[in-house]
Amino acid sequence: MKILPLALSVALIGATPAPYVVAADTTATSDERAARWKAIAQYIFGDRKIEPTDTLIKLDAPERAEDAALMPVTLTMPEKDKIKSVYLVIDDNPSPLAAHVSFGPAADPGSLQLRVRVDTYTNVHAVAETRDGRLFGTVAFVKASGGCSAPVASSDDEAMQGIGEMRMKFAEGAGPGKSMQATLMVRHPNFSGMQMNQLTRNYTPSRYIDKLSVSYGDRKIFDLDADISLSTNPVITFSFVPEGKGPLKVIASDTKNGRWEQSFDTTTTN
Amino acid sequence: MLRDAFSQPRSKPASAVLVTRREALTCGFCLCCLPSPAGAAPRGLTEVGPDIFVRSGLHEEATLANAGGIANIGFIVGRDSVLVTDSCGSLVDGQWLRAEIRKRTDKPIRHVLITHVHPDHSFGAAAFAEDQPAIIGHHALRAALEARGEFYRKRLAEALGPDRAGVVVYPTEEVRDGIEIDLGVRVLRLIAHGRAHTDCDLSMLDVETGLLFPADLLFVRRVPSLDGSLRGWLNEIEKLKRLGVSRAVPGHGPAVVDFAAALTDLTRYLSVLRDETRKAITAGVSIADAGRTVAQAERNRWALFDDYNERNVIQAYKELEWE
Repeated sequence: MKILPLALSVALIGATPAPYVVAADTTATSDERAARWKAIAQYIFGDRKIEPTDTLIKLDAPERAEDAALMPVTLTMPEKDKIKSVYLVIDDNPSPLAAHVSFGPAADPGSLQLRVRVDTYTNVHAVAETRDGRLFGTVAFVKASGGCSAPVASSDDEAMQGIGEMRMKFAEGAGPGKSMQATLMVRHPNFSGMQMNQLTRNYTPSRYIDKLSVSYGDRKIFDLDADISLSTNPVITFSFVPEGKGPLKVIASDTKNGRWEQSFDTTTTN
Repeated sequence: MLRDAFSQPRSKPASAVLVTRREALTCGFCLCCLPSPAGAAPRGLTEVGPDIFVRSGLHEEATLANAGGIANIGFIVGRDSVLVTDSCGSLVDGQWLRAEIRKRTDKPIRHVLITHVHPDHSFGAAAFAEDQPAIIGHHALRAALEARGEFYRKRLAEALGPDRAGVVVYPTEEVRDGIEIDLGVRVLRLIAHGRAHTDCDLSMLDVETGLLFPADLLFVRRVPSLDGSLRGWLNEIEKLKRLGVSRAVPGHGPAVVDFAAALTDLTRYLSVLRDETRKAITAGVSIADAGRTVAQAERNRWALFDDYNERNVIQAYKELEWE
């Protein structure tokens, strides 16, 4: 049985890139996968129990990722008023915790869409934390490989173009005080530390968005803590309730002290 | 659906070949080769012009049975020497081509083209090592091979066996814009294209006969795979049109086709892909939903549609959403 070191730090990933393809993981047994998840859960949640659920959180991911560097994932939380935060874990990625989203008072935690990298055949776990502090989890198995090391662009310079640029798209049809869906796009290469610089033939040091904070006026919609698993040019679709005065404000920061801030007017941006 | 046939490995253990196919397809790179359950051996050569021979590849993915011979490859004989294009899809595929060349001529093989990074076009180059040819590629080919070559080699080795797959061979001569190669009273004009099918596409024109070798800038019958830039590909098609040629050897499809008619089909697919993806983006359709709905009207027009279209949509979506 093999367990990747879970405390693998960001710096470590940058310094010692994982093998380009971990083919062995495709043959892991279900016992090995279960043991791995147990270890990951222990690392992230300590001794807290994770109860299985079919209702509190649902995970929609393709059985096979068409593009391992960009796999769309949808989390649905039908009993949204109970939800405090959600975790997305890609068990066999070099750094398994892909995202933790904590919802604030302006959020509609009913659904969330993300795009992630998948490095090898893996279980993907979605865990919801309820307001009363309990954890509920669900799992999907995904087939993909090479997503964390797939090149971002022809060159690092090209990949860095426009870094920090943001766009926000609003779904039509929301009325005042009603839930509104929005899609935030951030230009960022999100270097995982596993992509090879094609000129120097070295690995490009990791540099990725690790925090996103989105609020409406002075009310928080969500805080996102992310890792190397978010795809290049991260895109996140979420819902919020635009009560009171805006604007929608985004603060993004990355692991190399990059920080970007932008506000969006919900009435005119659409 | 073909896909469903492959997604039932439980009754029977998934063979290494099947794993390879899906891994290759889902690895974040487009790979023009998936296995088929009943692969046939590569077909023979067609003389598509004077001293121009082409082997038409099968609309399958690389398997032990087809030896990776799924792309159109061939050679041209000049007064002094032979040029091979493309290098073939595996070492054994390349060895087969080399044997076919030697049945027809003893002239030295001085040039081997690798028209782009994909394995069905690049892994036969090692079969020509003893000829010590110039290996010719786009100026971006080396970098692309460095980034992906080893990944491709492993996947191909799983499908064909390590001694049959071949190794990554890098270009010894890089084409920056265009060059001419003279085989002796036979001039070939090579063009390095902007990002299109991939970021390292090379095309070739046989000046004497006006026969164009657009490689994978032209797919016929087999669904195109997008691994470069959708808008770029449509631009490069316009440039190719201006060459005014009437016949071409596509990268996939029959050995030789009417160029204008083949371009019409290709342009229609790429335009539908572009327009419907744009529409989906504007309408707020998610990338996942777009992947399942865009370009479905094209489904019955192309072989292997279900294996590539959804991925093409994802590539198109992420290119076009920042417009």
